[in-house]
Amino acid sequence: MTYNFAFLDEDTKRMLRRSLLKAVAIPGYQVPFGSREMPLPYGWGTGGIQVTAALLGPDDVLKVIDQGADDTTNAVNIRRFFARVAGVATTERTVDATLIQTRHRIPETSLREDQILVFQVPEPEPLRTLEPREAETRTLHALADYGLMHVKLYEDIAQYGHIATSYDYPVRVDGRFLTSPSPIPKFDNPKLHQSPALMLFGAGREKRLYAIPPYTQVESLAFDDHPFEIQHWEHQCELCGSGESYLDEVIVDDRGTRMFVCSDTDFCGQRRAEAQA
Amino acid sequence: MSVLLKVRNLSRHYGTRVGCEDVSFDLHPGELLCIVGESGSGKSTLLNTVAAQLAPTSGSVSYRQRDGQWLSVNALSEADRRRLAREEWGFVTQNPRDGLRLNVSAGANVAERLMALGMRNYSQLRGIARSWLERVEIDPERIDDAPTGFSGGMQQRLQIARTLVTQPRLVFMDEPTAGLDVSVQARILDLLRRLVNELGLAAVMVTHDLAVARLLAARTIVMQRGRVVETGLTDQILDDPQHPYTQLLVSSVLTT
Repeated sequence: MTYNFAFLDEDTKRMLRRSLLKAVAIPGYQVPFGSREMPLPYGWGTGGIQVTAALLGPDDVLKVIDQGADDTTNAVNIRRFFARVAGVATTERTVDATLIQTRHRIPETSLREDQILVFQVPEPEPLRTLEPREAETRTLHALADYGLMHVKLYEDIAQYGHIATSYDYPVRVDGRFLTSPSPIPKFDNPKLHQSPALMLFGAGREKRLYAIPPYTQVESLAFDDHPFEIQHWEHQCELCGSGESYLDEVIVDDRGTRMFVCSDTDFCGQRRAEAQA
Repeated sequence: MSVLLKVRNLSRHYGTRVGCEDVSFDLHPGELLCIVGESGSGKSTLLNTVAAQLAPTSGSVSYRQRDGQWLSVNALSEADRRRLAREEWGFVTQNPRDGLRLNVSAGANVAERLMALGMRNYSQLRGIARSWLERVEIDPERIDDAPTGFSGGMQQRLQIARTLVTQPRLVFMDEPTAGLDVSVQARILDLLRRLVNELGLAAVMVTHDLAVARLLAARTIVMQRGRVVETGLTDQILDDPQHPYTQLLVSSVLTT
């Protein structure tokens, strides 16, 4: 049996592209779309895969990462899926990729204007935990009535002494729409601001798409006396020695020995290769 | 003093049933008006219609803003209606759980309206929340506790603090003391009377309890089957009721 190029039929891809164009035209606005059943479960990135399928051309080079790594189950399967149904070239190198689908990270290597980053989004609505009614959250977006989001940040400071939200940290896109950056660590939030690369977000189960176009202002919410801060580590990556990248803490034996390594495997690997050369 | 709120020939029907019919009154700044009547008499419908939470079937509500301009409340856009409800009005519900945000702390509940108005300084927000908890006689040490752990009376006082923190000019209250036991009721009424005087608030309060009207309100409206049957100074109405229904209400109050 043969599949249509990139799995989805052409009409579906057309529908997706129209929604994506609208999303780019209104930065941060959640555009509804007709999400399809995909051959993997919700929560595995069905939204991101549909966006990727709509964008892929035969000449594209695809990179897929999951928590920064190229070699985890989710990343390997999605990469293999597109290699099979679209026959496109795949890579693990950020600089070689034209299209990068990601779950929970933005690569450490700076992106370029000719690259597109596709995010997998579980919950596109940043206000959802505070306001369960969809009709109400839509009204709040329409009226740009976002005081509610600060209630969550207030609760963080009241309970933990600082803004403890460390991932899916809410942002205001282009001074207008309150937007969820997907569950990336807040470490990556500054990379959203004025990014040269187009950033697209797909939520398959929630049937929403949104976008942060290139060179758009993205501001992370905060209080005047508790400004936005990213994570810092006292460690450096034990493999490549980087002190600037996002580190994962890995337990390596049964006695609780810990090791800090870059979460971005490509970045770490390139640095080690350079060090050896 | 000039009028703050003008209600003219206001009606609200639910299909063929009447919620309230042909109600008119004026409210002056700093005045507390009580609407009394038995349950089902249209008190809450009237309150919700005046507060623009329900659309009237006919009639009009006009409100004079801080800047002196008259607003036609029924003709407001959703955005303007919300702005008015946030900046100049307050609404206290009968059940504090409807008016509070139960999954966040007491402090966040008090500070929410301030954050909606754009205040972005945490320590300032906290300071104001603390002082308001104190004003409504809640221990400021409980600022980080969830309102679910508060007693009914405390929840109601928290809701009052949350509503009054932005210093609204007009507050609507729907049976704020119903469902509380008598000693707690007395304390909340005392608190309300003090705050209304301190802040110079105008308020419209719905109650079925004539004692509440006697204690708080200068003027009272008596409703029956959606219509106003008697209106006037509270003492006058309670001491010398003219309408047979008001006479019945007054005579049915338990006295000790």
